[in-house]
Amino acid sequence: MKTIRGIGASPGIAIGPAYRFQRLDLHVDSHSVHNVDAEFARFYQALEIAEGQLRLVYEKARREAGAEQAAIFEAQLEMLRDPELLGETQAAIRDQRLNAEAAWWSTVERFAAILEEMESEYFRARAADIRDVGRRVLRILKGITEEPVQLTEPVVVLAQDLSPSDTVGLDKSLVLGFCTAGGGETSHTAILARSLGLPAVVAAGPQVLQVSSGTQVIVDGVEGLLIVEPDEQARTIFLQRREALTRLREQAFAHCKEPAITLDGHKVEVVANIGNVQGAFTAWEHGAEGVGLLRTEFLYLERSTLPDEEEQFQAYHAILEVFGQQPVVLRTLDIGGDKELAYMELPKEENPFLGVRGIRLCLAHPELFYPQIRAALRAGVGYNLKLMFPMIATLDEVRAAKRIVEVCREELRRDGKPVADNIEIGIMVEVPSAAVMAEHFAREVDFFSIGTNDLTQYTLAADRANAQLADLISAFNPAVLRLIDQVIRAAHQYGKWVGLCGELAGEPLGIPILLGLGLDEFSMNPSAIPLAKQIIRSLSLAQCRELAQEVLSLESAQAVKERVRERLPLLTLS
Amino acid sequence: MVETKVLIKNKVGLHARPASLFVQTASKFKSAITAIHGERKANAKSILSVLTLGADQGAELILQAEGEDAEEAVQALVNLIESNFGEAE
Repeated sequence: MKTIRGIGASPGIAIGPAYRFQRLDLHVDSHSVHNVDAEFARFYQALEIAEGQLRLVYEKARREAGAEQAAIFEAQLEMLRDPELLGETQAAIRDQRLNAEAAWWSTVERFAAILEEMESEYFRARAADIRDVGRRVLRILKGITEEPVQLTEPVVVLAQDLSPSDTVGLDKSLVLGFCTAGGGETSHTAILARSLGLPAVVAAGPQVLQVSSGTQVIVDGVEGLLIVEPDEQARTIFLQRREALTRLREQAFAHCKEPAITLDGHKVEVVANIGNVQGAFTAWEHGAEGVGLLRTEFLYLERSTLPDEEEQFQAYHAILEVFGQQPVVLRTLDIGGDKELAYMELPKEENPFLGVRGIRLCLAHPELFYPQIRAALRAGVGYNLKLMFPMIATLDEVRAAKRIVEVCREELRRDGKPVADNIEIGIMVEVPSAAVMAEHFAREVDFFSIGTNDLTQYTLAADRANAQLADLISAFNPAVLRLIDQVIRAAHQYGKWVGLCGELAGEPLGIPILLGLGLDEFSMNPSAIPLAKQIIRSLSLAQCRELAQEVLSLESAQAVKERVRERLPLLTLS
Repeated sequence: MVETKVLIKNKVGLHARPASLFVQTASKFKSAITAIHGERKANAKSILSVLTLGADQGAELILQAEGEDAEEAVQALVNLIESNFGEAE
């Protein structure tokens, strides 16, 4: 039995045989040919087969993964017919008498290299596309049948990392879980696993790749473990845990619409993080008592024009309708130089996460900010809408943003449009300066929502997306917990409420700490809500308060987690 | 040969969807069509070639067409560019 440690990217436990996913290493050898016509014929035949395959993949992706994933393969089909790509390959076969494989691959590489140099994410994605098409044609030329991953039994998929082209061919009903050597919590594998509700461990290192297909493995998506060839005892324990987890989840779902009240009668709000109207429905079904974080980026990304006030009004209204009188916290646009907006010149920045993003961008671009605020103020009429500004670092920023809300309110009144009054205004606390100065901010706003994902990365100066720093990035770090404690104390001193919308709010080990620190509102992905409520119901506030004070004095994230487990052994179930 | 100059005004420039529309339009004609941006030349019927032009907003493009429907081809492409590829501004 061997245990490999990685990062838990999607919770749950999978037990079964491993399936080692491997991309073929396609070696291209170059030699000269005598019969140029025969080489042409071979090339055209390969193109035809590739086109047929891509059409099938496109249809499959459209049915199973939706239009966005399918568009990748549509673009690949377009490339397959590209006259320059084909022309250059033909020229290389004809003039240099190169074999089709070498002629094709050198042309593909030449275009991919040009695109890669162009330094925007869009072009890098096209470079990956053309190489993907290139490999497909190469496989056909070399007579290697595409190994459509034929799963015959339920398996745990092990890989270096998985791309959309890799996963489109997988029969998801036969996948028990994933474990990848590379990747991170935001890699394609992690996102796919969470959306399918399958356990996944990522960034587990090269040892994963030494496990051969058929080996019995266990993926523990909570602890981030891959256990290879478990002994009988481990197997039994994990089987029991899996069963208990399933039972707990079923039970939790059955009670998800009931309030979250601790054993000693303390009630907290459990709400959802959502990013569009579908999310609103899912959240409602999972027992969300409102929305703690409505991300509005969906309105702005992947389109060629700025969304106007009317479109935003309709979108917000649709979401507010789902929740009626329950609170919905709308976060104003939170983007920066890492995102590409077709209709706006956002200059490239060396450090986009420390650059012009969130409220900084909105204050600099009134054409972005005003329509959004106006749309929100109009949509909020008759509902329980709250506004929240992201990336606030200074008091001046909050004051400036609040003034703009006032200006918009006045303008709308003058235009004779109905406006929501008494909208609560709050800020995301994700920049350490806001946490440190929480006492001052508490006088300016109605509420705080602590964004622990960013607060952690800024506090520890560690990039969330960097897999090598995964160990450093933990919201359980006492430095982060102390900031949270400080923010909650400051807010309560001024009679303001505090929510938390990072992953920590839905983490079974995080919930008792946050309860104990006095958090008022827990906001999380909809699927985490039923279990979170169930956990809250199993705890007593008095006990959590004691625990919270204890963990604040510990030295490391690891020590904090261990202490919570010691005190509340049942939580390791989840 | 027909030749004309045209200014790229849409925000995205000749990338993404606009580039795709440009190539689709060019491909409807029999004539050989070349798009020139500064030093770079592209086959207007090749998406890869057009992408490598790097024609952003504000780029001046020279369109050349040779063939029986050269006149119509250039006109169609100019119309497409001047309509800002259907993007609202």
